[in-house]
Amino acid sequence: MQISSRELKIIQTSTQLTFSDIFGSWKARWGINRMNFKVEPGLYSVGNPGSSSPVLVTANYKMSFDSLRKELNELDAWILVLDTKGINVWCAAGKGTFGTKELINRIAIVQLEKVVSHKTIIIPQLGAPGISAHEVSKFSGFKVLYGPVKAKDVKEFIKAGMKASAEMRTVRFSIYDRLVLTPVDLVGTFRFSLMIFGILFLLNLLGFGPFGFVDFYAYMGAVLAGCVLTPVLLPWIPGRAFAWKGWLVGLIWAAFVNVFNGWTAVPLYSVLRALGYLLVLPSVSAYYAMNFTGSSTFTSFSGVLKEMRIAVPAIVISIFLGIVLILVNSFIKL
Amino acid sequence: MKHQYLKNVSTLKLKSDQCTGCGRCMEVCPHNVFLMEEKKSVIVDKDRCMECGACVKNCPFDALEVKQGVGCAYAIIMGWLTGTEPSCDCSDNSSGSCC
Ligand code: SF4
Ligand code: SF4
Repeated sequence: MQISSRELKIIQTSTQLTFSDIFGSWKARWGINRMNFKVEPGLYSVGNPGSSSPVLVTANYKMSFDSLRKELNELDAWILVLDTKGINVWCAAGKGTFGTKELINRIAIVQLEKVVSHKTIIIPQLGAPGISAHEVSKFSGFKVLYGPVKAKDVKEFIKAGMKASAEMRTVRFSIYDRLVLTPVDLVGTFRFSLMIFGILFLLNLLGFGPFGFVDFYAYMGAVLAGCVLTPVLLPWIPGRAFAWKGWLVGLIWAAFVNVFNGWTAVPLYSVLRALGYLLVLPSVSAYYAMNFTGSSTFTSFSGVLKEMRIAVPAIVISIFLGIVLILVNSFIKL
Repeated sequence: MKHQYLKNVSTLKLKSDQCTGCGRCMEVCPHNVFLMEEKKSVIVDKDRCMECGACVKNCPFDALEVKQGVGCAYAIIMGWLTGTEPSCDCSDNSSGSCC
């Protein structure tokens, strides 16, 4: 029999976020260096924990780790960081990297049973889709307790004797939650938008134009309507499907663009062009709003699929017709 | 304000005869889909279900069933384009919108 005794490796951390932690989160929100925002997997200590201190499990996405530890001031606790390849708890649980196997392995690697005398670990509730609690206890001996959804409730949860209220168990999706998610979407659209501008510019050069300043801000407005305005106003916009909500906001924007350019008063601004805008702009917004389903916390796969089966063809046809109308309009004027 | 998504789409199923009323599903569901009635779990509002699969994974008696998946349009488009199962994979490039 070989008994090897490995060294216990514990990394100390604090509940204070430094300026560079905060700056890092801000950058990640804007999509800069988002995928390298990681911490080392392993066992961390906060405060001065002993063998009876609670063990909290999280992902090795730095933003997940930071948002947990900053809520733990005045507490003595262990943080067990799983290797989720730098992805947050919720997404990693869906993919299975925040999962039963990784958890059991990580418990063994850090030799958790030598660090604490109790047999419970606290997992954020959003990790539940990846973890099978009864299997974890079967293979590791540790009992899984599901903690609150939000890190800021962890302290209260521990104080209440490891009990989460129904309130703590429910996922909210507040206006602030939605707002902080919009920059990444917006940055994501830039490359695509640049491509479109490139094509329009070429058409201008070839003399098919004139795509001008109006087209530019009309399009940008439609992107903002779908990427920012729709997510922020989400529950107040009538209807259920995201694409539909985006389409409505985009329609208002298109009407605004047309009226602003003197739809009825200026004869040069022809009906064809106005119709073209009405077809293109709401569809652009609808497309971007539909993509926000991925950031939301309550859309189901079956639901998004159902919505897309109708929305995607409708968007493609509508944008195509709209562009044809605008082009035809330019030809007539030439 | 409450968020509501499409009605009658979730694939969630509960086999009542296998349920022992242990309450795990209530504990893990982030959208309050279950309620305990006479020592059995019941689905109170299926339309709130987002098919995350937490309840299925954590039911020790296999009483629950759902087609687990990501409710993300971008993932589904990528799935269509590449012919694979949609997954939350946009994270490895910068243009992804989910997570
Ligand atoms: S987890 Fe399964 S057995 Fe337990 S209450 Fe829910 S459905 Fe019933
Ligand atoms: S799949 Fe998720 S949202 Fe749906 S009932 Fe189960 S735990 Fe709740």
